[in-house]
Amino acid sequence: MKIIACQGLPYRELNREVRRLVAAGEDRLWLRGVNGQRYIAAGLTGRVQLRIEGTAGNNLGAMMDGPAVYVDGNVQDGAGNTMSGGEIVVRGSAGDIAGYAMRGGRIFIQGDAGWRVGIHMKSREEQAVLVIGGKAGDFLGEYMAGGTIVVLGLYQTLPREAEAANPLAGNYLASGMHGGVIYLRGRIPAWQIRGQVQTSLTIPEESPRLQTWIEQFADRMGLDCSALRRETFTCLTPQGARPYAHLYDHSA
Amino acid sequence: MPRSLIPPEFLVVRDEERCLQCKACVRQCGFGVHREEPGRGLWADEARCVNCQRCVGMCPAGALQITANTGIGRENAYWTAGRLREIWRQAESGGTILTSMGCDRNYPVYFDHLLLNASQVTNPSIDPLREPMEIRTFLGRKPEKLDLAGPPGEERLTGSLPPMVRLEMPVMFAPMSFGSLSRNAVLALAQAAKKLGILFNTGEGGMLSALAPYGEHMIVQVASGRFGVDRAYLEAGRIIEIKIGQGAKPGIGGHLPGEKVNEEIARTRGIPAGADAISPAPHHDIYSIEDLRQLIDTLKEATDYQKPVAVKIAAVHNVAAIASGIVRAGADIIVLDGLRGGTGAAPKLIRDHIGLPIELAVAVVDRRLREEGLREQVSLVAGGGIRSTADLLKIICLGADAVYLGTAALLALGCHLCQKCYTGRCSWGIATQDPELVRRLDPEWGAARLVNLLTAWQHELKEFMGAMGINALESLRGNRLQLRGVGLPQNELDQLGVKQAGEAM
Repeated sequence: MKIIACQGLPYRELNREVRRLVAAGEDRLWLRGVNGQRYIAAGLTGRVQLRIEGTAGNNLGAMMDGPAVYVDGNVQDGAGNTMSGGEIVVRGSAGDIAGYAMRGGRIFIQGDAGWRVGIHMKSREEQAVLVIGGKAGDFLGEYMAGGTIVVLGLYQTLPREAEAANPLAGNYLASGMHGGVIYLRGRIPAWQIRGQVQTSLTIPEESPRLQTWIEQFADRMGLDCSALRRETFTCLTPQGARPYAHLYDHSA
Repeated sequence: MPRSLIPPEFLVVRDEERCLQCKACVRQCGFGVHREEPGRGLWADEARCVNCQRCVGMCPAGALQITANTGIGRENAYWTAGRLREIWRQAESGGTILTSMGCDRNYPVYFDHLLLNASQVTNPSIDPLREPMEIRTFLGRKPEKLDLAGPPGEERLTGSLPPMVRLEMPVMFAPMSFGSLSRNAVLALAQAAKKLGILFNTGEGGMLSALAPYGEHMIVQVASGRFGVDRAYLEAGRIIEIKIGQGAKPGIGGHLPGEKVNEEIARTRGIPAGADAISPAPHHDIYSIEDLRQLIDTLKEATDYQKPVAVKIAAVHNVAAIASGIVRAGADIIVLDGLRGGTGAAPKLIRDHIGLPIELAVAVVDRRLREEGLREQVSLVAGGGIRSTADLLKIICLGADAVYLGTAALLALGCHLCQKCYTGRCSWGIATQDPELVRRLDPEWGAARLVNLLTAWQHELKEFMGAMGINALESLRGNRLQLRGVGLPQNELDQLGVKQAGEAM
């Protein structure tokens, strides 16, 4: 394992060093003292493992395809932006636009995620998956075209009756969704369900894919999530593939 | 109640004496106008006709003619036939009227009010048949200075230059996606770009796998929907272009109608087949110039600073300040798409009522960047309604490095400008995904026509330059002294930075 001391290192130098080491065949890197450096692992390919200590800056792992990035800390905006493959594990919270337009790979966030998370997620042969341990902000899964988002709400301490006023995701949840699936723990208030999605209820025990993602999340975080097996989850899927077709006159 | 109040826009006139009853028209029409029914024979459902001229062109007997239906009723100079039709259509459908191609309204065309200069006696014109003329150009950030080292006479460049891309002529094919265009149309553009030593642009729909051999001549686009954007895609092209806006629909996103999203397109874009391919209006990771800088940097990091990054915007009222911000955000190329820029699908009113003519946009951006000392840091590409070599010359004199050709390229492929690309029924096989229609366009035939067009333009370009006594494109860029305005008020001349015809140097 190669260690890079990142304290005070400008992002271009840090990222050039990461690329150089990966090109030289290094398969495990330990980035210590990361303090907001941007674009770490952006566009990186291969099977390399990156362990990051500190707070990773914007667009961590953007457009990357393959590496496994483990962050002992928080990440700023754009983690996994337009990512194609690989895995990002965040042992803290993530900022806005995590997983924007990601089309493959997995992102596991132990804490909360910000706004506009998972917008326009897509899917290829391999399913893109984004699991959030806490809550997410507004516009979660907007324009979603593929892939899976799971919000676990592990840190909800509110009594059941107060949950409806404090949902796990914010306003404009899944607006314009035309592909993929979102699972939110518990029931969601009626006002959050927009015309473009349909909802159903499930429990992980009866939904093997959901169960798989929860187990993977628990494994990455070293948590015991077995209590979730019989918890109710709301499942959001698109009503149709063309949420806005009615707005236009398509005649010749 | 009547089914529809909308009279047909066009009338199909069939010369019964010439007609051979061969039914070529029935087979050729992509819109289902020509039909044959027992007892009725050949007839035309004129309400469906878009005047694409396919039947006229393919009728072996020359028996068909399409004419405008002028008998709409009580249209007048204010309530035009087009306006009446649109209101009736919206009253029937409740939807926004869609259209395609570029703005066709009668706004001033500055190209047609600009005249070029030529040399007479005091400085000689140059004969392009005898003298070499340099029409190559390089796109990308230019260094502020060159570091040379070595003994006198044998100096060599030290250090590295920013990535630049050579064009054999200052013309590229505009971004048009696989999805809006057929596979064969995209292949024709790619083949022609390779033969001509220029570039084509994938548009925002990702990369058709068959385009891999044309990577050296390809610009890959990253738009708000991020369709097809992965590592291989970013690596494949010479230039990465961030699409912020499009001249035909500034400020709004894109919808590739589900009618055109077949299995192959769905796979290329990573969305369900039959779904509308939705590009949100903004990139949701770009809400400011600072955010734009981060996407530019991300793309450069992801490709190890090996490729110029372009940013394409629609020309809007504040374009000069926006362009200045884009250069400061680190873009190597700015693309301005003017009012006349085309589209595969856009709301008609947006297309026709938003934007800035490209002539003004290029002039004000070039001036602003020069004033701020930024002009050499960036290449300026102009798109949106370039119709001829004359337009090309004029826009270069106003400050552009190169142009994008969209509409003109499609016309070379057989487009007849019916503006119905959004229906996916293009009878010419260009803007359709219907396999029966797509195979009408042979990529080799199309590429040969594009090469012909631009070979002619190359020669014209050299003749114009020779006439001006200029033998290198570099001497023409932003050279407003070569232009004079006719019939323009002073404030328009000022915006263009051009003198009134009659004024001397």
